[in-house]
Amino acid sequence: MAAGARPELFTQRRRPPWELLIDRGFQRLAIALASVVGLVLAGILLTVLGGAGEAISRFGLEFLTTSDWDPIGEHYGAFTAIYGTVVSSLLALLIAVPLGVGTAIFLTENIIPLSVRQVLGVMVELLAAIPSVVLGLWGIFVMEPFLRPGLTSLHQLLGWLPFFSTTPMGPGMAPAVLILVVMILPIITAIARDSLQQVPLALRQAAYGVGSTRWGALVHVILPAAISGITGGVMLALGRAMGETMAVTMLIGNSNNFSFSLLAPANTISSMLANQFGEADGLQVSALMYAAVVLMALTLLVNLLAQMIVRRLSLKY
Amino acid sequence: MTSFQRGSLILQPTLARNRWNQLFTGLAALFTGLAVLPLVVVIAYVLIKGGSLLSLQLLTQLPPPPGLDGGGIGNAILGTLVVTMIATLIAVPAGVGSGVYLAEFASGGWFARFVRFGTNVLAGVPSIICGVFVYGLIVSTRFFFNQSYSALAGGIALAVLMLPTVIKTTDEALKLVPQELRWGAMGVGASKFVTISRVTLPAAFSSIATGVVLAIARAAGETAPLIFTALFSPFWPDGLFNPIASMSVLIYNFAIMPYDAQIALAWASSFVLVVMILVANLLARWLGRLSST
Repeated sequence: MAAGARPELFTQRRRPPWELLIDRGFQRLAIALASVVGLVLAGILLTVLGGAGEAISRFGLEFLTTSDWDPIGEHYGAFTAIYGTVVSSLLALLIAVPLGVGTAIFLTENIIPLSVRQVLGVMVELLAAIPSVVLGLWGIFVMEPFLRPGLTSLHQLLGWLPFFSTTPMGPGMAPAVLILVVMILPIITAIARDSLQQVPLALRQAAYGVGSTRWGALVHVILPAAISGITGGVMLALGRAMGETMAVTMLIGNSNNFSFSLLAPANTISSMLANQFGEADGLQVSALMYAAVVLMALTLLVNLLAQMIVRRLSLKY
Repeated sequence: MTSFQRGSLILQPTLARNRWNQLFTGLAALFTGLAVLPLVVVIAYVLIKGGSLLSLQLLTQLPPPPGLDGGGIGNAILGTLVVTMIATLIAVPAGVGSGVYLAEFASGGWFARFVRFGTNVLAGVPSIICGVFVYGLIVSTRFFFNQSYSALAGGIALAVLMLPTVIKTTDEALKLVPQELRWGAMGVGASKFVTISRVTLPAAFSSIATGVVLAIARAAGETAPLIFTALFSPFWPDGLFNPIASMSVLIYNFAIMPYDAQIALAWASSFVLVVMILVANLLARWLGRLSST
């Protein structure tokens, strides 16, 4: 044996028993913490469904198609709110998708120097960090007064259309839709940007190689390759728009009177919850919980569709 | 020697496709401008309208009764800190623990798939539903010492909101830790617990911290889960089991009041909140850069 070697280092040692205990305990702890997600989800489902039980058994599916909201006569229907939720988020999507995808293209193409693009990208991301209630405050005092002359002339020009048939009185569907656009734009931009950046360089080079212009390559090669990611992002944004509460509550006017006009006050499920939950009791709480069930079902459906679309549409290149 | 047609190699700006190209590039630039505009305008308004009110009195006093002038948002600032702290103390251990389970222990079984799926579903649950949930579970049942609305209930609602973000960041950060580090630790005889707590978690620390800071910043600005869990209070925070003020709920409550003093306080509150959140975001960015170098 070489001089200086220390044979005691090479004797077999057993691990102390507490080491195994710690390991086992740690694993159990991690499993226990991981099950918190499941417990919370189950808790949400049970609490909301349980609270809604009375309203569900009393109004059934009629709740979804009628729109009286009458705490004194104890008759509730959420059609106006459901319509408002769906229409406001779809309209917001209609505006935000071209804006967001256009921005994402501008930030991934080499039209302007990279450093400028990075700064613009950070700015769009920071927009997502602004609390919704601050956007709502800004919407009430700055955006809505600024828009009103424009909306009024829209009413005067196109008032014969049912969508513009009322005079803008302040809060309403149109300002709420615009603030929703501001809220979901960063989501769409960020996800579209990621998807565009992940398109292999070879595809782009091949497109330019056969002589296509920048937008020829974008429309025929790059966007189709990134479509699954972009669609997933759009669906996520739709889910977010449906559940968005504060800014919409502050701007939509919270009226349960149904109107096709985008200039009239309207309601969404989440703004109804924010407005009434604190003061409600008895059957009204149950009716609000029923509306919450509808909202949960809508967002869950949209989010599951998003995951399915991403899986289905992903191109193999 | 016959020369070939070179015409096709020269850019002809008048060609229809080049015209379209320019048009669409201009359109994309316009869209980018429109996308950035709200951020600039909102921040400018918040800084000007809110920043001009900033004073020591604003940060340390209570809001005035309706109709009176002066006062401050001291209780709301403190309340936001308290509620966010409660949420962080609940969501970070639970979230990091779940993330550790997913990345280090799970072997793709049904439970891991269920937890991942559940995390995605929970991330999509609207924030107001978190409020309804905590209202139904804690507030209406008077769960804590027969108290209904409480700071703790608000903190729990925010924790539900933070949980999926923390789980996802931890899971993804741990997956990026090179496998060789784990093998190395195991090779020198470390137990699984020591490997995770002394090698992989420290290696992923800055990415996890980035995600946690972002989650805290988002929770601090949330209003919907608080309006019927923590409620609001015009007084200084009084323990964890009483209603508590917060800046976000103050903005919501005061913005719709017909008094100028209250509306001014709403702007001031937005200023403090936005500055806090932007600082947290820049901190997160800095932490993120730390991890990439």
